[in-house]
Amino acid sequence: MTQNDIDHYIMASLQEGLPICSRPYAALARELKLTEQQIVDRIQWLKDNDYIRRYGIIVRHKELGFHANAMVVWDIADDQVTNIGNQLALQSSVTLCYQRPRRLPEWRYNLFSMIHGHDRQEVLNKIETIEQELNLTDVPHKPLFSQRRFKQRGGRFIYVPEMEKQTINYA
Amino acid sequence: MLTEIEYQLVNHYQHEMPMSPTPFADIAEQLDIDEAKVISVLKSLTERGIVSRVGPVFQHKKVGASTLVAMSIPENKLQTVADIVSSYAEVNHNYERDDDINLWFVVVAPTQQNIQQVLADIEKQTGFPVINLPMEQDFHIDLGFAL
Repeated sequence: MTQNDIDHYIMASLQEGLPICSRPYAALARELKLTEQQIVDRIQWLKDNDYIRRYGIIVRHKELGFHANAMVVWDIADDQVTNIGNQLALQSSVTLCYQRPRRLPEWRYNLFSMIHGHDRQEVLNKIETIEQELNLTDVPHKPLFSQRRFKQRGGRFIYVPEMEKQTINYA
Repeated sequence: MLTEIEYQLVNHYQHEMPMSPTPFADIAEQLDIDEAKVISVLKSLTERGIVSRVGPVFQHKKVGASTLVAMSIPENKLQTVADIVSSYAEVNHNYERDDDINLWFVVVAPTQQNIQQVLADIEKQTGFPVINLPMEQDFHIDLGFAL
């Protein structure tokens, strides 16, 4: 196994979460014939090199009482989008902020920010604060509140060979 | 809704877990409680759906590929189409949102090519077109979710 294979195997194993037990890396270490400390060191390396953006407890907002979430989409001039994106990301109420392509004519918005609140009104208040602080009142934008949640789970995007056979069935 | 210990765990360990072979014992030491307590509380939070998992959030630009996908589906077909979409292992965060474009989900896969295959398949299975909105720039927010 190359280092790359080992890293790949580690990431594939971690994507569904650690086992909640005293020695969560023991089984993985056995499979890779490494020590638990070596596994931890590789994870640290993956963090340091930006393969892992954070490592810890991953929560579901709704179950924590944050019943409303809006994806607020903005139509920002192309030469302004980096600047505004950086400012939006600094707002404490914004949990995710991405630039994405416009798809004209059906989709004109190029900046996406996620805002959570205990209820709809709290989210609307947070949006109003942002509009005022960043002077965005006149910029075309709208909140898309979530209604039904059909699925929320970590996506499986690293396939180990056996998993590939089970989960991928492209027609 | 959360006990004091649950609150401490959820609020302090979203971003940084102790990096050692015994992370839950380390957390226990930091919070001055037993390791068994940390483990039982985390299991309970997981069972109640408050904690989705304990582990990494990958940088999707470096590890595999991902995209946000939107579809405009008539209300009377929404549940059916959503169920088809949710059935793909590559799909997560599949939501109805209050807009004409009302179905929004994230697709993650090892490569762009896999994503294209999944999207083509979803169009074929559902009979509706997808709007593919891959990330072009990530305005980095370093923190987990503050309570």
